[in-house]
Amino acid sequence: METQDLYKIAKEVRKWIVTITYEAKSGHPGGSLSATEIITYLYFREMNIDPSKPEWPDRDRFVLSKGHATPVMYSVLALRGFFSTEKLHEFRKVNSMLQGHVVNHVPGVDITAGSLGQGLSNAVGLALGARLDNKSYRVFAMIGDGESEEGSIWEAALSAAHLKLSNLIVFLDRNMIQLDGFTDEIISLGNLEEKFRAFGWATTTIDGHSFEDIERALKWAKTQEGPKMIVARTVKGKGVKFMENNPEYHGKPAPTEEKLKEALKDIEEM
Amino acid sequence: MRNDGLTWLPDLANSLEKTSVREAYGNTLVSIGSDRRVVVLDADLSTSTHTVMFKNKYPDRFFNMGISENNMMGVASGLSWTGKKVFVSSFAVFAAGRAYDLVRQSICYADSDVRIVATHAGLTVGEDGATHQMLEDIGLMSGLPRMSVLSPADGMEVNQVIRYIYENRGPFYVRLSRERVPVIHHEETFKFGKAETIEDGDDVVIFATGILVAAAKIASSYLRSKGVSARVLNIATIKPIDRDAVIKAARDTGRIVTAEEHSVYNGLGSRVSEVVSETYPALVYRLGVNDVFGESGKSWELMDKYELNPMGIVKKVESIMEAKV
Repeated sequence: METQDLYKIAKEVRKWIVTITYEAKSGHPGGSLSATEIITYLYFREMNIDPSKPEWPDRDRFVLSKGHATPVMYSVLALRGFFSTEKLHEFRKVNSMLQGHVVNHVPGVDITAGSLGQGLSNAVGLALGARLDNKSYRVFAMIGDGESEEGSIWEAALSAAHLKLSNLIVFLDRNMIQLDGFTDEIISLGNLEEKFRAFGWATTTIDGHSFEDIERALKWAKTQEGPKMIVARTVKGKGVKFMENNPEYHGKPAPTEEKLKEALKDIEEM
Repeated sequence: MRNDGLTWLPDLANSLEKTSVREAYGNTLVSIGSDRRVVVLDADLSTSTHTVMFKNKYPDRFFNMGISENNMMGVASGLSWTGKKVFVSSFAVFAAGRAYDLVRQSICYADSDVRIVATHAGLTVGEDGATHQMLEDIGLMSGLPRMSVLSPADGMEVNQVIRYIYENRGPFYVRLSRERVPVIHHEETFKFGKAETIEDGDDVVIFATGILVAAAKIASSYLRSKGVSARVLNIATIKPIDRDAVIKAARDTGRIVTAEEHSVYNGLGSRVSEVVSETYPALVYRLGVNDVFGESGKSWELMDKYELNPMGIVKKVESIMEAKV
């Protein structure tokens, strides 16, 4: 798939993100819009997967440790063909398959998450299991920057380095915002790339909205030993002007139909 | 002071034949270890939990995760989704307490095939004191959907329980003590979800679990000499509780005493009371730790101080026999 086509798909993903959160009158658009290019790239170009066989044992795995970013996760899976896009309208509604936080009974979802700081440990377990079985599949994961305030992230970081898990590739969605505000105002995270390097990971920093950067980082990852941390500088709410860099839209959808139209127009004009 | 051999000290605890439940756990892990799906994790307590026995035999499938119980539970979950039969061990206070949210989300909600075998539950941790004496784990673990909670009474039962959870899909929580415990079984009797009749009787029924099964047996024989016929049931499966055994006890006698090395809140006594109150109302007196933390001391000293001994059970039985139903 050409990179230009990926940008087109990312636009579709963003439209679904703002639409289904608007329809559900709840959900997390901000951190979904910041993660859109990375998750789109993984599912449409990088990962060895087959949407007709979501349980295929040799598939690459993906763990959405920031488990609230379901709007982007479910939208990407539906557009990739794991289930019908019609299902997306059921997001967060009663009796729906599509729970508010990511859950592994959804076709294409490998790991349940939602309580922050746990998915990275789950990913370590998957990567360790692959090694025990002499399997060559890779384990990708995405953690948030706010999520990195959880102590268990750093327990997982220690163990991944200790176990030398070269099959583990993690993106850190560094959008600088968490629920209550800007990360640096709430609790200083400092230089996360340096911190992970100090924990024994191979690290790099990219523009998380550039498919070219994502591609380059994943090529780089193939040349590195041990677990890889790709710190992706992103913009929370990317693509929707009134949501961009606005903590208010961490967990709040477009409030009115007019605002939804405005959001869709912004995305179209990206 | 009345004693009649009903306290663990000075003689009773020493006079009984005992087994190590932790050694039984280690031995059973080794016996199932030839199955390459079995993976064991520990958090820097492997010589205490005895998972080190598995490590020595199968070092490539043992992982010491360091003093990081949260990460250990999360890694266990991930491993389970690659088809591994995962055993996770630590002290009960860390496995069920510190790592509770990981157990809730990454294991139970995620429906992960993980077996938590926690040692050092209860007061018999001894000298380490309250920080390490877990008295709330039955409640914490029983409250989790999908979780089964097991509390075997002696080494032979541990062996059977560990083989049962190996053969079946998790999640499971198994509660073991640090202390060597009196032998109850000379043959294999464990059936998942079923109460086991240790002594028959028709005046009162004692539901006991873990180390208190031995106490109940001794109490029952004393009571018999005083003309009270006490049925003793060993409850190795606390969740799901054997509802039929509870209903039958209530119907047959109208008087139930529960005994456990756990808080009187949210443990075996609570499970039994829940069934009784909605099926066949009867008196239930609970013996356990009365909403306080433990303290340092020798195991059997503490068990006597908190009356988790045959005397404590006899007193509960005597008072429930005096109560008007």
